[in-house]
Amino acid sequence: MRKTFIDTLTQLARQDKDIMLLTGDLGFSVFEDFAKEFPNRFINCGVMEQSMISIAAGLALDGKKPYVYSIIPFATMRPFEQIRNDVCYQNLNVKIIGIGAGFLYGAFGSTHHAIEDIAILRPLPNLTILSPADANETKALVLQSYQKSGPTYIRMVKAEKNLAPTHIKTIISKPSIIQTGKDGVLIATGTCVEMGLDIVATLKENGIHLTLISLHTLKPVDEKSLTHTLKKHNRVFTLEEHRMAGGLGSLVAEIMMRHNLGKITLENFGINDNYHVLTGHQEHLAAFYSIDMKSIFKKIIKHYKYGK
Amino acid sequence: MNNYKEIAKEIRRGILLQHFLSKESHVGSALSCADILTVLYFGILKINPKKPSDPNRDRFILSKGHAVAALYATLAEKGFFPKKMLETFCQNDSLLPGHSTKDTAPGVEVSTGGLGHGLPMGIGMALAAKQDKKNHRIFVLMSDGECNEGTTWESALFAAHHRLDNIVVMVDRNGQQGLGKTKDIINMDPFKEKWEAFGWSAKEIDGHNIIAIEKTLQSIPFKKNVPSIIIANTIKGKGVSYMEKNQLTWHYKNPNEEQHKIALSELDKQP
Repeated sequence: MRKTFIDTLTQLARQDKDIMLLTGDLGFSVFEDFAKEFPNRFINCGVMEQSMISIAAGLALDGKKPYVYSIIPFATMRPFEQIRNDVCYQNLNVKIIGIGAGFLYGAFGSTHHAIEDIAILRPLPNLTILSPADANETKALVLQSYQKSGPTYIRMVKAEKNLAPTHIKTIISKPSIIQTGKDGVLIATGTCVEMGLDIVATLKENGIHLTLISLHTLKPVDEKSLTHTLKKHNRVFTLEEHRMAGGLGSLVAEIMMRHNLGKITLENFGINDNYHVLTGHQEHLAAFYSIDMKSIFKKIIKHYKYGK
Repeated sequence: MNNYKEIAKEIRRGILLQHFLSKESHVGSALSCADILTVLYFGILKINPKKPSDPNRDRFILSKGHAVAALYATLAEKGFFPKKMLETFCQNDSLLPGHSTKDTAPGVEVSTGGLGHGLPMGIGMALAAKQDKKNHRIFVLMSDGECNEGTTWESALFAAHHRLDNIVVMVDRNGQQGLGKTKDIINMDPFKEKWEAFGWSAKEIDGHNIIAIEKTLQSIPFKKNVPSIIIANTIKGKGVSYMEKNQLTWHYKNPNEEQHKIALSELDKQP
């Protein structure tokens, strides 16, 4: 995904001299070519994420189009006030690129886990929040958000491959329907879309056919489009590698309540209210929090076997 | 010179009026930077009130956003908006909020309020100007308490590293912060040397000496390819004797009718 991002940004930068890339001293083996091609437009700010966001705001105040890069906790949580006051409040064209959504940096420990970013950023007016699942979505969302001046946060995962059939067109705000099924809806975002595909396939073998949605835009959501799909079903599941509080599940629940869809059964799968202090890779941590493929499959199938 | 003094007095009157009518805090902080703003807006900044968005204008950022009454009084005096508007300071739906806010009153460049934001934003603007080979300059006015903030020093490093000599910081060093004297809370001394150690070219002046302020600002950048900082030693509440005597109190309090009258009459009597 980082490669797709930088390739797309490089193409844009060739046509637009105002594009700049700022990094908080991260991006080894990813940004070298960009730096070589645009030496004046690549700025390694050093390890100062708060100032980096403010500097980007200053650049945007004078017409530049800065892309700011770091690992998600350092790109969003450390400089939250700078994002709030300098970028969103002033409605500036700053794009924040965070890498490591969910447990991508699992073994590095909780400091590097990016599982609260959606919750803290969602309340900020003017901000667009994007959470692509694969290379195609990344490319489409980077290109479309470039066209749209304003604060944007893109939370990236690893996947460079494409998960969805290429005929599915990614459009900012519009939920992407990856597969259609009659028995319920599974909404996933980012890295969880890949797991969602596996879950849907396994359920299919058991005679349960779910619709799978990639909610790549977490703000603003085209609620009309989402609820149009949800209304056709009795059961909705959400899946995220993010805390249950304030993430995708909360977002979908809010939308369903707002649109009077309270009669539809909703179950959210996400990370509970505990820290995991022991180390572990992505799959291990997902299993610890019971959001691995096996656990989710069991929980979903219960709905159909026992009518939970 | 006399003209500057008269303008500074008028700006102080404007500050007092805003705080008297609004009953909001920070009158002392606004008074301490009135002379600096006077010289900046009436002698140094290349700005035109009729073209507040001119891309080649000098930029001024009030990083100590709580002193915004001083900026409003100055902008009104300069003709960015009618003086009558000062009466709306901090009122509901006013274009003059209690901390400087972009897209409100004409002439206000950025939104500040959280301390430690103005300098790095100014540095971004300075970097943009360098990129586009433009000659305008960015002036940032900070408070000394604000220099406790980590972002001040992060971004100071950045400006020096990138040789941004188109940015000028002025510290309104009135020696007071939230709960007392800066010396007693977080001692920043040796202050000038700190900035120099961070790669800035620093000068220290009397922040109420109009001639010194003008002369120093006329000589920026002090060194080519080096950012400049002017440490302006000031007095919180400058111009109003009872505020100068109880400086911390007047970070929070606002004058009542009688105090307002006394303050105005004191200003009238000053040379």
